[in-house]
Amino acid sequence: MLLIACPHCGNRPETEFRCGGQAHIARPADPAALSDEQWAEHLFVRANPRGVHAERWCHAHGCGRWFNALRDTVSDRFLETYPAGAQPSHSTDVRA
Amino acid sequence: MLEALYRTARALPLGRPAADPAGSGILIRPAGAEAHVSLRVRDPGPSAAGLPLDRPINTVSGDARRWIARLGPDEWLIGSDEAEADALPAALAADLGERPHAIVDISHRNVGIDVSGARAAVALNAGCPLDLGEAAFPAGTATRTLLGKAEIVLIRRPGPVPLYRVECWRSFSTYVHGFLTEAARSAG
Repeated sequence: MLLIACPHCGNRPETEFRCGGQAHIARPADPAALSDEQWAEHLFVRANPRGVHAERWCHAHGCGRWFNALRDTVSDRFLETYPAGAQPSHSTDVRA
Repeated sequence: MLEALYRTARALPLGRPAADPAGSGILIRPAGAEAHVSLRVRDPGPSAAGLPLDRPINTVSGDARRWIARLGPDEWLIGSDEAEADALPAALAADLGERPHAIVDISHRNVGIDVSGARAAVALNAGCPLDLGEAAFPAGTATRTLLGKAEIVLIRRPGPVPLYRVECWRSFSTYVHGFLTEAARSAG
């Protein structure tokens, strides 16, 4: 079973977690100033890298907290998990 | 009449099942009516209503009659005698004072099931993916997790034989009890 390190609870089984998609997406400060294409890009267009990906995860059946994780989409290996709002310690191009 | 019916449902959530339905040495006993309170507070302070709020996440304190389990950084599950159902939320609110908090009486939502016996962990592991070994899940540990398809809160109490409390939602309780009974049959 795949173990995911929750920042609050430590290593826990994968079935307790929910994935929330790509992390580090900042909402535009002034949505009204954006064109329809730019707004659609913010809402719907996500990276789908083959390799390291920064994702949001929720420990839904545990402490219920959201956090971020770096996961390799090829090997399914978690490089690290870190609190929401923080930056990963691994230097990686999350948009790659 | 209705009130009497509700009281009976609270006191005997699963009727009167045999304590050891599988004959396996693993005792599965639904707990009677208890007061349960869910507490959310971001800035908790050391304690409220005589219950400690500064213990680590995923631990339980207190005794079998009055306990508090920390489920997350800002979330606690409190259990106590049915007689305290009205006084406990008021005492918590008085101690927390002006700090923003949420106290919800979930006595009607939660059902407790006590699972004990030397091989209780084997029965629980039939549906719970956690490591319930002595080092990873010692007495005094409490966490929300899964049992089969139902979400539960699993609490390990101190004692000479392993004693676990499974807290689940009332509508899940027949499923959880049936699951544990089946699991005990193959584990014992």
